[in-house]
Amino acid sequence: MAVMTRPRPAAAHAALPVRRYRLDTKGAPYAFVAPFFVVFGVFGLFPLVYTGYVSLTGWRADTPGSESAFVGWRNYVALWHDPFFWNAVKNTIGIGLISTVPQLLLALGVAHLLNYKLRGRTLIRMGVLLPNVTSVAAVTIIFVQLFGRDYGMVNWLLGLVGVDHVDWQAGTWTSWIAISVIVTWRWTGYNALIYLAGMQAIPFELYESAALDGASRWRQFRTITVPMLRPTILFTVIVSTIGSLQLFGEPLLFNTSQTPTTGGSQHQFQTLALYTYDQFWQKFKYGYGAAISWAMFGIIALFVAVNLVAARRMRGVDAS
Amino acid sequence: MTVLMTPRRRGRNSQLSAGWGTYAVLGVVLLLSMFPLYWTLVAASHDTGDISRTPPVLVPGSRLLDNLRAVFTRTDMRLALTNSLVVSTLVTISVVFTSTLAGFAFAKLRFRGKGALLGVVVATMMVPPQLGIIPLYIMMANWLHWAGHLQALVAPAAVSAFGVFFMRQYLATALPTELLEAGRLDGCSTWRLYWHVVLPVARPAAAVLGMLTFMATWNDFFWPLVAMTQQNPTVQVALSALQGGYVRDYSLVLCGALVSTLPILVVFALMGRQILGGIMQGAVKG
Repeated sequence: MAVMTRPRPAAAHAALPVRRYRLDTKGAPYAFVAPFFVVFGVFGLFPLVYTGYVSLTGWRADTPGSESAFVGWRNYVALWHDPFFWNAVKNTIGIGLISTVPQLLLALGVAHLLNYKLRGRTLIRMGVLLPNVTSVAAVTIIFVQLFGRDYGMVNWLLGLVGVDHVDWQAGTWTSWIAISVIVTWRWTGYNALIYLAGMQAIPFELYESAALDGASRWRQFRTITVPMLRPTILFTVIVSTIGSLQLFGEPLLFNTSQTPTTGGSQHQFQTLALYTYDQFWQKFKYGYGAAISWAMFGIIALFVAVNLVAARRMRGVDAS
Repeated sequence: MTVLMTPRRRGRNSQLSAGWGTYAVLGVVLLLSMFPLYWTLVAASHDTGDISRTPPVLVPGSRLLDNLRAVFTRTDMRLALTNSLVVSTLVTISVVFTSTLAGFAFAKLRFRGKGALLGVVVATMMVPPQLGIIPLYIMMANWLHWAGHLQALVAPAAVSAFGVFFMRQYLATALPTELLEAGRLDGCSTWRLYWHVVLPVARPAAAVLGMLTFMATWNDFFWPLVAMTQQNPTVQVALSALQGGYVRDYSLVLCGALVSTLPILVVFALMGRQILGGIMQGAVKG
């Protein structure tokens, strides 16, 4: 392709350039999109589909020859009766709810404030986004120290108001809250910027006429800003849902014991992704781990569908 | 940068100046955003005994250089930083190149099946990559024998559906069709159009995509943890080893966290404005 470049004298070799030109305009678009589809097909799509096959085998890395042991639905039946699986489902949804809901509400509030005319606008926005550019591993390690039982900053602050030292890793609620704080810290600013972008696209005239009608600021926020932001809110809800259902690094590194994949002594913060990793990496169960992966995919799809249906319902209520 | 950064003077409050209350609340938000990182610097510049004191120390100490030396001599941080730099750079170059190429085709070229293929790109953005992690590991370990080597990290990340979509959205509006037609009349092949016309126009968006990709790759944790070993780690894998070690030297651990975050903070300080623009622009269009 790169060879055919300079314009040639049209008369001399008219036929050849025309054929090459045709080949170029027909073929080049496919050649240009091919790298994406080839690499994605090999390293993205194929593993996803192959997970389905692996989940129907009794493949264990520590048992030679087991990769061809076809067991049908047995992994899924075992999963259905596995209390640790359901425990992980409960933990994932619980942590997901208490990290996503406050986070998005906070983000909405911060976005509202960022939308005023501010001095040092860019610097403030960068400061808000700062937590999001740091890595899960670094952030979790930092927060483990802040949430330390004996010398942690959080317990010290709580001690100032008379609360006894909390062992954040030990309890169910305490560990869920601590992990949610990590997630919320990392993502609130990002979502606030997404909301801010949505808010700036709302026509100013809407507010002017509402103000003329005597609507209070709070009423304007409820009846104009929030409804106009609905597509943006739906977008952030779906992205946060998908993200929180895959929570992995935070619960893994929050555990400072020598068996970090357990998610605490009572498995109280073992999420689905962590349980997959535990079965696949620590217990060598490829087949069973793949079954958990597919179950996770189903749960994510279910939650996204619920979000979409709920969004449609809400729109219907408004219209009536 | 003009197209990405055009300020939009619309919206409710952008006309209203902020009162002191707004600044106060935002000040608290900024304080909360920055405190954990500031405290990391504090902890990394003391020794472990100091940071276990009550009340806690809140100003940087004098042991930062000692701790840094310890991080680089007692752990694999040097190798880890090199590995992360190599992987992130290669992935960034590849993603920017392939995304611009495909984004150009989707934005400006005519070909059969274009709509359907673009639909596939968008759909793949929704699929969590984590779900294929076991077969991906089987591929790398058993078939390709890449596990533990850097190509196991580079190859799967070499293209990005988000990147293709991002560049398509940008080029669809920023690249004038007349410019392409003029190039055609001059006898340019499609490849030459890409090289001499598309790439210069795409530069601002490509820079944003590059920065976002670099940071995401640098920070990636799950797949490197599976694919790499402690003998040949990335920065994030080395950090997790530091955290899980038997010997707990917290100022060393936090110094490691600081070292692993600094390169990203430098990138963010230099390109923060563009990154902000990219995220907010993507939000309106996505």
